[in-house]
Amino acid sequence: MRESVLILACGALANEIVFLTQQLEKGKTKLDLQCLPADYHNTPEKIVPALRAILDARAGDFRQVLIGYGDCGTGGAIDRLISEYPNTSRLSGAHCYAFYAGLDEFDAMMEEELGSFFLTDYLARHFDNVVWRGLGLDRAPELIDSYFAHYKRIVYLSQADDPQALTKAKAAAEKLGLAFVHRPTAYGLLERSIRRAAAVIG
Amino acid sequence: MTDEPEDIILRDLDDTELVQQMQDDLYDGMIPEVTEGTQILLERGWDANMVLNDALVEGMRIVGIDFADGILFVPEVLKSANAMKGGMGLLRPLLASSENQSSIGKIVMGTVKGDIHDIGKNLVGMMMEGAGFEVIDLGINTSVEEFLEAIDTHEPQLIGMSALLTTTMPYMGVVIEEFEKRGLMKELGVMVGGAPLNQEFADAVKANAYGPDAATSAELAKALVGRNS
Repeated sequence: MRESVLILACGALANEIVFLTQQLEKGKTKLDLQCLPADYHNTPEKIVPALRAILDARAGDFRQVLIGYGDCGTGGAIDRLISEYPNTSRLSGAHCYAFYAGLDEFDAMMEEELGSFFLTDYLARHFDNVVWRGLGLDRAPELIDSYFAHYKRIVYLSQADDPQALTKAKAAAEKLGLAFVHRPTAYGLLERSIRRAAAVIG
Repeated sequence: MTDEPEDIILRDLDDTELVQQMQDDLYDGMIPEVTEGTQILLERGWDANMVLNDALVEGMRIVGIDFADGILFVPEVLKSANAMKGGMGLLRPLLASSENQSSIGKIVMGTVKGDIHDIGKNLVGMMMEGAGFEVIDLGINTSVEEFLEAIDTHEPQLIGMSALLTTTMPYMGVVIEEFEKRGLMKELGVMVGGAPLNQEFADAVKANAYGPDAATSAELAKALVGRNS
């Protein structure tokens, strides 16, 4: 086990990480993936305690740990946690939108329109559960203005070429009454980080 | 509070029952009922300040406690806030014109530059108003220049800054640094708040207070202007 790498990630990245590691490993199994619930996206205060519990239990068994999160609304708490554990790092950027798009490109999109609401493949596929129900809009659709009054557009950052996800992303924009922009990003810095982790173990 | 019997006629309730019912209705986010209750109390000769404090602010205080305890979540708090807005719509003109109206201070608030999230700021603003502050809300994406201009124009005792994003919260430090350069921190209390913030961050940017939630922020604000009761 000491020769392998643990990827401890947000459940919203699970499909993408499995896809990337399968491509990289070609039958070897030295990248071990464990995911936290994707709905922590809406409750970032739960992320660090959950990560800490797993790191305490498992980090010692691995040569390296890659935390599959950006800062994700924790106000630097993930970075403070990581500093307590050797050979542990996280993905670059404030959140998945940034590491998929690339940090400069993400900043440029925000500069272009501050009122951008981002979707990834995961969020497009699970929009109704994570966003609509997650924000309570199924119970109280009248709150849509409280949440989205200042947003102007949905920016769908797609990883795979998935027509169904694209359709769902467009439907989400329509549901929220926002303009729609599609920017295919592929896997961006997530892929680079996983390649680097795979290289560590050769 | 959601298992109340049906068809309560608000006008049939005495004052104590009505205030209790309004707090329950506010908890359940019932805008028409809270607005009607406010109207009834005013018709019965209640002072606008009393309606505000006894029914609305007290109701929101209970909502705040249950939110902090994980019993209520953001959507429920927003519904309660919207119900409070219904009552405030009737009270605000009366509070502004009332002869014995006495603002305990002015606060200029804004979500900082680069950030468009204002749910928390709006809740805090409402509780500040309920606590007796005159609130000047600069809205979202507020630059240091806009804060400075508002200080010149309104001469507030307090500044409130809000941020939801980890990427925008450092701007609070930029604003405070500029206030310090201009010697404004001697007379000004600066409060910060927002989901990713904590006391450690507030200390690091040299804010005078960190508001972990709307009700506590209002109490802290009163303490900062020396009006804590």
